Amino acid sequence: MLSRSVFEIEEFMMQHVPGQNQGKITLYALSTCGWCEKTKKFLDNLGAEYSYVYVDLLQSDQKQAAVNEVRRWNPRCSFPTVVINDEVCVVGYNEQEIKKAIGI
Amino acid sequence: MRKMRVAKEDVLKLYQRLNDEAEASGYHLNPDIEFTKELIRGLLTNEQRYGYWACPCRLASGAREEDLDIVCPCDYRDHDLTEYDQCYCALYVSEKVVRGEKTTGSIPERRGTTQEKAKAGSSSKAISELSFPVWRCRVCGYLCARETPPEICPICKARRERFEKFI
Repeated sequence: MLSRSVFEIEEFMMQHVPGQNQGKITLYALSTCGWCEKTKKFLDNLGAEYSYVYVDLLQSDQKQAAVNEVRRWNPRCSFPTVVINDEVCVVGYNEQEIKKAIGI
Repeated sequence: MRKMRVAKEDVLKLYQRLNDEAEASGYHLNPDIEFTKELIRGLLTNEQRYGYWACPCRLASGAREEDLDIVCPCDYRDHDLTEYDQCYCALYVSEKVVRGEKTTGSIPERRGTTQEKAKAGSSSKAISELSFPVWRCRVCGYLCARETPPEICPICKARRERFEKFI
């Protein structure tokens, strides 16, 4: 059932932004946070394909599922958290680290 | 949860109020006004959602009691101002940032590292076991218990170097 809940996060909560395929990029953000917004704008300007979710806007069950997912990568559950290729996690607004992780 | 609507005038009004209060007590709002206004919009959004000013850059639980430490200005602001020249969301910054000698950015989350410590230290103790040193402003006598004295005395605006260790 665990894998199903992860699947649900990916399929139903995420907003997809089309763009160039630079690998799988997932942004966990808060709609009220300035650093999350800067991270999102950075990804937009890169022109990369990515998915994002505003965790604060989710209903309670989905919010808990998203929090659990963020915690797997970033135990402090801070935002923004960017997960790249299900491998690397970049915490906070950090252009260099994101670029490094997607190899550009 | 739906997206909240916050009126532009309300953002501007709160910006002015917070800016006046900050300047009157030795603190500074982030001079990047557009960024700062978005954080203030976030505070007002959280007020509508939860009934209190949860930090716009942290996920609120919705229970005020659980979130008291992240109600703006948060428990971590002064510590982060001392160490990083800004608070976590960068609504508040140090003089260095205001003067353009330092830029703001994402800083590590302090919440969860000091919270337990603060809670553990709440019972009454002998002076020798105080959890924080007490600093005294030599100009006006203002006392505060924290790791380091504030950048500017919130009462008389004397600078950090005018503070002495009191206890």
